[in-house]
Amino acid sequence: MASTTAPPAHPARAGTPSEDGGSPVRRPRQRHRLAAWSMLAPALLLFVAFLLVPIGYALWLSLRGLRLEGGGPFGRRVETFVGLENYATAIADAEFLAGFGRLLVYGALAVPFTLGLALVFALLLDARAARATRFSRTAIFLPYAVPGVVASLLWGFLYLPGTSPFSWLSDQLGGGAIPFLLDPWIFASVANIAVWGGVGFNMIIIYTSLRGIPEEIYEAARIDGAGEWQIAWRIKVPLVAPALVLTGLFSLIGTLQVYGEPTTLRPMTSAISQTWVPLMTIYRDAFTRDDLPLAAAESVLLAGLTVVLSVVLLRLNQRRIFGGS
Amino acid sequence: MTAAPSTARSTATAAPPAPTGRPRRSVGGVAATTVLLLGALYCLVPVAWVVVASTKSRGELFTTFTFLPGSGLLDNLGDLFAYGGGQFGGWALNSLLYAGVGSVLSTLVSALAGYALAKYEFTGRNLVFFLVLAGVLIPGITLAVPQYLIMSDLGLAGSRWSVLLPSIISPFGIYLARVFAASVPDDTVEAARLDGASEGRIFISIALPMLVPGLVTLFMLQFVGIWNNFLLPFIMLADQGKYPLTVGLYTLLSRGSGEPGLYSLAIIGAALSVIPLAALMLVLQRYWRLDVLSGGLKG
Repeated sequence: MASTTAPPAHPARAGTPSEDGGSPVRRPRQRHRLAAWSMLAPALLLFVAFLLVPIGYALWLSLRGLRLEGGGPFGRRVETFVGLENYATAIADAEFLAGFGRLLVYGALAVPFTLGLALVFALLLDARAARATRFSRTAIFLPYAVPGVVASLLWGFLYLPGTSPFSWLSDQLGGGAIPFLLDPWIFASVANIAVWGGVGFNMIIIYTSLRGIPEEIYEAARIDGAGEWQIAWRIKVPLVAPALVLTGLFSLIGTLQVYGEPTTLRPMTSAISQTWVPLMTIYRDAFTRDDLPLAAAESVLLAGLTVVLSVVLLRLNQRRIFGGS
Repeated sequence: MTAAPSTARSTATAAPPAPTGRPRRSVGGVAATTVLLLGALYCLVPVAWVVVASTKSRGELFTTFTFLPGSGLLDNLGDLFAYGGGQFGGWALNSLLYAGVGSVLSTLVSALAGYALAKYEFTGRNLVFFLVLAGVLIPGITLAVPQYLIMSDLGLAGSRWSVLLPSIISPFGIYLARVFAASVPDDTVEAARLDGASEGRIFISIALPMLVPGLVTLFMLQFVGIWNNFLLPFIMLADQGKYPLTVGLYTLLSRGSGEPGLYSLAIIGAALSVIPLAALMLVLQRYWRLDVLSGGLKG
């Protein structure tokens, strides 16, 4: 953009501020281009090797398939180009689609509860009247440090009739054990693990953005007679909307790639099938059935859906974040 | 980037601000505190349970009241560290290796790339930045299967490299580093150039120190992300000796349904694996600069 034809800086101008203060100063282009690309090189190399190439490979592989060639006793399976056949197979697979259905139920529980609780906790931490905020903040953030697999293991035992304190309590009250690990409770049980693990991280993101709001705004509102509730809902929530969109985006991406939690719970329950969520189907097709082209097509569908939903979410909220005036 | 304005109150990471004119106890205050404490209870119960359960012997696990401490702590510890010839210790070291080395390298790679994108103008910059943004939206985990195939072709599948290398690239990390690097003043960089400093020198001596607070956050996000990762090592590795804790504990649990003795091992293993990371998080809590996450979105 700016003229960049200047030779390496004039020593005579050393120490004087640039005339246009702020906007790019005249730079020796050649040297900088080299420096910039050298700094980008490690990232680009890894980006190409572990993102672009796998994506390209997955796309290519998803168009391939095994075909019987020759026929009769001499027929052999040959890998060949099959067009969109794998995609057709994936979309026609009732179990794969059912996995998205289960994901929808799971996500409809996990995402609103995670974000809702995170927002409520963040607003309460920010409320002037609340006490014990430091302890609560730390305790609620703690599960972030617990891997999803370990969290599932912990909750799994808290669900298991033999060890569950909740079932014990319910039993003592005459209600019998709570069927946490049976349909349809299993959806809430898996979603609860995600809520438990995610609420603290999202709470901190929202809370830090609440702390960034200048105190004067509240003072002005109070002078105008606004109560704490009104300040929270009318001022704080709209101002932290960008943080809410961000946490929503993280939750959405996290929901679509749920894998570890149901897989860990599987040994404890028969309600979770081998194809309970899409990533589990992909894993099975790739490694149990050795149908790599089908798994590749399914991966492309899942990644594509994630990108589309993310872009839609960001678009829908674009005006709220970037606009304003 | 829109960093918190100077008039903003202290961030969550700093000590809580002294309330101006301590309000008297109100109904609202009690209610707010109660809800927060309930949230804390909800988050602490499973952790408390695993600590208690890790003291139970195999017989006690399913027979005594679930929150009643048992008598088997030392036996469980002994069994855990004896399991598979000390595999648990190996898993812990592997997790430390993958998360430690992976997150340090990831932070460095991201810092370099983010600085280059923020502070230099060159043909192709917009294209690179667009690629980074697109990368943020593609969930890396859906690429685990194709990544495995690439690794197989390279002959690296099953090696520690196959877990370590894909963990280093983080489009979100690059994006965040670019947000941080934008705050390095151009005038300072230009002054160093006039003094004859090389571009590499400017990055190391001037930019890097300014970026440290943000990079610590980046490091911790990456560390936790890699430490908690399950699917990537689960797909890549076949040799139990190379497993990280997540995959190792999963194998204990999945075999436990046929061999209930392993449940006790999975439980104490889980308890031990939670403690170091939780301690690290608590110690480093003050360095968390998560406000930059939402700040970055606006910029």
